[in-house]
Amino acid sequence: MSVLSPPVPPRWLAVHPAGLYVAPADLYIDPTRAVPRAVVTHGHADHARPGHDHVLATPETLAIMAARLGDRAGHARQTLALGEALTVGGVTVRLAPAGHVLGSAQVVLDHQGCRVVVSGDYKRAPDPTCAAFEPVPCDVFITEATFGLPVFRHPPADGEIARLLRMHALFPERTIVIGVYALGKCQRVIALLRAAGYDRPIYLHGALVTMCRVYERLGVALGELRPATGADRKALAGEIVLAPPAATRDRWLGRLPDPMIGAASGWMRIRQHVRRSGVELPLVISDHADWDDLTRTIDEVARAEVWVTHGREDALVHYAQGRGLSARALSLVGFDEETGGDADETTPVPDEAAS
Amino acid sequence: MIRFARLLEALALTPSRSAKLRLLADHVATTPDPDRGWAIAALTDSVGLRNARPAMVRALVQARVDPVLFALSYDYVGDLAETVALIWPAPAVAPDAPPPRLGEVVDRLSAAGRAEVPGLLEGWLDRLDAGGRYALLKLITGAPRVGVSARLAKTALANWGGQPVDALEELWHGLTPPYLELFAWLEGRAGPPTPADDLGLRPFMLAQPLEPDDLARLDPAAFRAEWKWDGIRVQLVGCGGRGRLYARGGDDISPAFPDIVAAMPGDAVLDGELLVVRDGVVAPFSDLQPRLNRKTVTAKLLRDHPAHVRLYDLLVEGDQDLRSRPFDQRRARLEALVARTRPDRMDLSELVPFTDWAALAAVRAGARAAAIEGLMLKRGDSAYVAGRPAGAWYKWKRDPLTADAVLMYAQRGHGKRASLYSDFTFGVWRDDGTLVPVGKAYFGFTDEELRALDRWVRSHTVRTFGPVREVTPALVLEIAFDSLQRSTRHKSGVAMRFPRIHRIRWDKPAAEADRLAALERLLVPGT
Ligand SMILES: [Zn+2]
Ligand SMILES: [Zn+2]
Repeated sequence: MSVLSPPVPPRWLAVHPAGLYVAPADLYIDPTRAVPRAVVTHGHADHARPGHDHVLATPETLAIMAARLGDRAGHARQTLALGEALTVGGVTVRLAPAGHVLGSAQVVLDHQGCRVVVSGDYKRAPDPTCAAFEPVPCDVFITEATFGLPVFRHPPADGEIARLLRMHALFPERTIVIGVYALGKCQRVIALLRAAGYDRPIYLHGALVTMCRVYERLGVALGELRPATGADRKALAGEIVLAPPAATRDRWLGRLPDPMIGAASGWMRIRQHVRRSGVELPLVISDHADWDDLTRTIDEVARAEVWVTHGREDALVHYAQGRGLSARALSLVGFDEETGGDADETTPVPDEAAS
Repeated sequence: MIRFARLLEALALTPSRSAKLRLLADHVATTPDPDRGWAIAALTDSVGLRNARPAMVRALVQARVDPVLFALSYDYVGDLAETVALIWPAPAVAPDAPPPRLGEVVDRLSAAGRAEVPGLLEGWLDRLDAGGRYALLKLITGAPRVGVSARLAKTALANWGGQPVDALEELWHGLTPPYLELFAWLEGRAGPPTPADDLGLRPFMLAQPLEPDDLARLDPAAFRAEWKWDGIRVQLVGCGGRGRLYARGGDDISPAFPDIVAAMPGDAVLDGELLVVRDGVVAPFSDLQPRLNRKTVTAKLLRDHPAHVRLYDLLVEGDQDLRSRPFDQRRARLEALVARTRPDRMDLSELVPFTDWAALAAVRAGARAAAIEGLMLKRGDSAYVAGRPAGAWYKWKRDPLTADAVLMYAQRGHGKRASLYSDFTFGVWRDDGTLVPVGKAYFGFTDEELRALDRWVRSHTVRTFGPVREVTPALVLEIAFDSLQRSTRHKSGVAMRFPRIHRIRWDKPAAEADRLAALERLLVPGT
């Protein structure tokens, strides 16, 4: 062990076209194309791509990938439970909970006396459907920045759900349709509704069913769920229906009686996004850290350096530099593009054209 | 304030009138005095708080927020009030007072001197959440625009209190926010409030459209005919040297029309059409537009767009309410009043003489003057009754003009139509072979046609911008419209009045749609 402080930034970490590369271990973190060895932080489509030879992830993330990608979920799949560690090529790899969706993890890398933490997508707001974020102090903190502007501050989610239930009571003859992504947001909204005492059946668009079943199998109770497709039109009056955001803007809606369209997303904080999405009931519920949590986390964990990726980098880099940290934007490609049905809320109003 | 903010948000996002009514009724049912009254006043722009300038708000936020972060945020959000509402940081020490109520905000701001306003504002911003801050900032820097007319607010109150909206309309003008005596009446705790003076609106009498086979049943001798002018239907109320001008929705538009209010001929209530008239010639509607939807008016607008009222009816003269008298009697009183007082900026709507319907139809067909929409037929014995009484008044619109245009863009609708592309922008060909948009239509088709149009749009999309799709220029729509006017706001230089889709010409090749030059020949003269 050297008594000198380790080189920061570490020379063993590099940005390749496929993503963040850990050279001594010969592995990529959330690579955006198929690679020989990948560590996957969580199951969203922009992080968990198909076709890797070897995938290391939490058991929950591997189960989600198997449900989403089938055979293409990775040739060899190796589980590493949250909190457990593994040494590859002299690099210790540990997965710490990220609080983003079920199975989501931060990647903690220790090598030559230097610790790097890759946050993946994370949030610190309470979420009954996944393990809570664990702050891990480190030399280099690689943080996401989806909501990296101080105008993004998510209010408590239970208040948003209370607003939904109030509209539900005021318009008992209408169907409330909330646009949610299939992985994470859907189950969290269900869990929040249940926590608020809503015990009626919740109706699901067909594209949401599989992931809810995965959650249930992994021990997350969601109460009674029914398919919205095929349900009697009249029976849906006064009920709450969850559907992928694209379906709330399409002819699929035609089957619902007088729908009130909502969306649950951190982008709903900004009026122009609300107007563009055409929703009547915007709910600011996000599975990403807001500005206050992004900055609080930097203050808590980053000892020397912050790399900002996956979103709006400028403001967060400015903030970190103002705290005396060395900071830079890390341009990783492939995270803000739209990736279909298992997308995450990386863009405000996605896939209009695909609908 | 928080409740008011939630109401504003919900109203702004709710397209349907019935849903807005329900939201308003729920608000007054669940919010105590005086906050609910102030909420109604704020929505109908009757609060009159204008004591904060954007510069003051900007100074407050810049004292609290890193300038780089503020600049990045403002650039992203694009609206000052919204940026400040969202970015306002929590104070270092949590305030011990609860969020301010709307009534508290109004009371303290009305009593505050100029120098006290920033301090008050800062304290409130600390105590409110983002939605509350946004509502506060909008309230003090300009009216919150959420699509609630005075009429809609009154309808909501009347429905909720189980009173006829006309009764409420008549006594409204005597009320002042926060309307405590009104709520006492609507909740059955007191009798109706008594008006303090007589400057109130009398509910308008409206005409029903004339259906093609109506004429056969109607006796021409029982009816009087007048031109239907293309302006804004208004009511002038004069009492004790003061005057008010109301638009049909019930909005008091007096502040924007001091020229008309000053010309009020004594104590009377008059019904007429608000127009721009130059040298006795009525200008097209587009000439009136710059004077509408404003709180004040400049000397230049007064000079360049001189307002005028063409008088249709006399409802009250002195202390005599004439509304139960027949039209012919009211008309005679109106003619006498105009002859006696010769008011500035006003004239009589002439009666159009006719003997039978065929002769009148010929007169109607010959009318191509600017600003004539058609004819009004009024029974000589009709009393002035609020609403649209059957068989009393008819509007007989001029036959529409038509043009063949090419569909260019489609946008998703709202509410029940949110799943369908139902707002259509269409254009005509220029000589250089490019299409130029000439109008937008939302209606004129059956549900079945709408579904067919929606399918067509989806399969012919070339680009999407948010809720808008650009389509291949290949579908011809026959557009009906009431008139065509010059417009500097449209790239084509022309604007259609009341365009609607008359027919979908699935059969017609797009190249055979109309040319701009052909359309320009339909421009009303003098525009
Ligand atoms: Zn994610
Ligand atoms: Zn992501």
